Amino acid sequence: MLKDHAKLMHAIAVSEEIVGRKKLQKMIYIAKNIAFPFQERFQFHFYGPYSEELTLRVEELCNMGFLNEVKEKKGGYYQYRYTLTETGKEFLGINAVDMPSLQECLLDMNGQNARFLELVSTVLYFNDLPKEEVKEKVFTLKSKQRYTDEEVEQAYQYIESLREKAGLH
Amino acid sequence: MAYSAEKLNEEKVFKDPVHRYIHVRDRVIWDLIGTKEFQRLRRIKQLGTTYLTFHGAEHSRFNHSLGVYEIVRRISDDVFFGRPEWDEEDRILTLCAALLHDLGHGPFSHSFEKVFDLDHEHYTRAIILGDTEVHHVLTRVSADFPQKVADVIAKTSKNKLVVSLISSQIDADRMDYLQRDAYFTGVSYGHFDMERILRVMRPREDQVVIKQSGMHAVEDYIMSRYQMYWQVYFHPVTRSAEVILTKILHRAKDLHEQKYKFKYDPIHFYSLFNGEITLEDYIKLDEAIILYYFQMWQEEEDPILKDLCCRFMDRNLYKYVEFDPAKEYKKLAELSALFKKAGMDPEYYLVVDSSSDLPYDFYRPGEEEERLPIHLLLKNGDIRELSRESEIVDAISGKRRTDHKLYFPADFIADDSKKPNIKKQIKMLLEID
Repeated sequence: MLKDHAKLMHAIAVSEEIVGRKKLQKMIYIAKNIAFPFQERFQFHFYGPYSEELTLRVEELCNMGFLNEVKEKKGGYYQYRYTLTETGKEFLGINAVDMPSLQECLLDMNGQNARFLELVSTVLYFNDLPKEEVKEKVFTLKSKQRYTDEEVEQAYQYIESLREKAGLH
Repeated sequence: MAYSAEKLNEEKVFKDPVHRYIHVRDRVIWDLIGTKEFQRLRRIKQLGTTYLTFHGAEHSRFNHSLGVYEIVRRISDDVFFGRPEWDEEDRILTLCAALLHDLGHGPFSHSFEKVFDLDHEHYTRAIILGDTEVHHVLTRVSADFPQKVADVIAKTSKNKLVVSLISSQIDADRMDYLQRDAYFTGVSYGHFDMERILRVMRPREDQVVIKQSGMHAVEDYIMSRYQMYWQVYFHPVTRSAEVILTKILHRAKDLHEQKYKFKYDPIHFYSLFNGEITLEDYIKLDEAIILYYFQMWQEEEDPILKDLCCRFMDRNLYKYVEFDPAKEYKKLAELSALFKKAGMDPEYYLVVDSSSDLPYDFYRPGEEEERLPIHLLLKNGDIRELSRESEIVDAISGKRRTDHKLYFPADFIADDSKKPNIKKQIKMLLEID
């Protein structure tokens, strides 16, 4: 019953706060791809894997009063800050979610910047390809971000460290 | 002659109720249509359970795929041909991607993907790149051609113009399904002047743009899409059928996990249950197979699986009430407890279902949005986003409409022969007689 909503609220609750829609998208994608049973489907868009369903669910949760969305002006654009409301906490109390080790992974991701998470999620999206081909994809599709070889290597290492945190090794 | 340029001796045509005729002249397209993976799409309905609401909606993904191909063929051969921004080298790539864009759809995709954590886009890619007839045909064009086609469909191709023809807010996919679904459901919505839109499309480096003179035709297209979503795609009766279908799959999966001994061995489901589905298994799945199991499971010992299958096959669907999750989530918990007391497992018999649509959205730089907007080509050559020129589109831009409903078996609740007092409380909470 509203389990998928509860899972997302749980993710935001254990992250304490998520700043930026792109960051939220990438954190959930990476968590899903690594081990955690989020239901939202992702497709490849401008900033890498993106889920229309996730955008929708976040909007719904804000409309329901379970999530707090604060719009902040940052330079030439706006960014969004998400936290759980008191009603949201109450809802989550009734609909408890059990995803062990999710918090550790999400807190780690939350400490990274959105640009790096965009790279990590893109690497994961093409994970069935050999590393050299993944690099080619990153450099072609993400040419504006100017990722380096070293950053791609860091992304691979980061994925491994998250898998360890999720208890996959 | 290169295979990609090879033409049939005589043009082949398919009669089509939407486009009148679908024309095939390219050998590669004809060969792709003949593959077993493409023919499989004949056995998968375009609109899933919608036929239980609109009885005409029996058309298949095969029809739709040919329709998308035909629209792209006309854009390429009649509208873009000879224009400096259009590279004729991309023609066959675009046609193949259009034809194959839905190749990985399984039977009742939406429910299957949800229950078994599948992704049809993954299978589209797997069929194109795997050891399949489709792959062998594409490889005859060139060794890297299957990958190019897969990249266009997955939107990971660097050729953004070709991607936007197949997948954007005004693409061949949407233009075909709106008209086709309107035709087969018999509704009067969904019609727009596609001829006009095609005539005013222009290729640009990274997307298709629309000449300003075609703006009203585009407005009409966006409104048609909006109406089709709420009148057809999100019809509450169709959603009820979808809810039951999803619950059948959940129940079968749960029973398998509980080591339940099925009277009729679901051999086609085992790899799905175990999360180890191979491409070969996946391609074998179609709606005929699934409906066969639903038919047979009506005789199972498990009362829930049996009941759900009878409901689906006999169209004895759940009823619904409007539901506001924000205000009524405590009521939902109460109802759930009462359903348990009444002997109805709320996991299967009390279901919240939500629908939502965003008719059109524009790109706001820096706001981390991901939708490519529709751009108009002004007379002076400038490009301008549609909602800045159209008051109608501006009025609905970025406005999402969401609807939640609570589904339940009204016949069970109405049956007062068992637990009448609990059922009375359920009726009161649901506000039904």
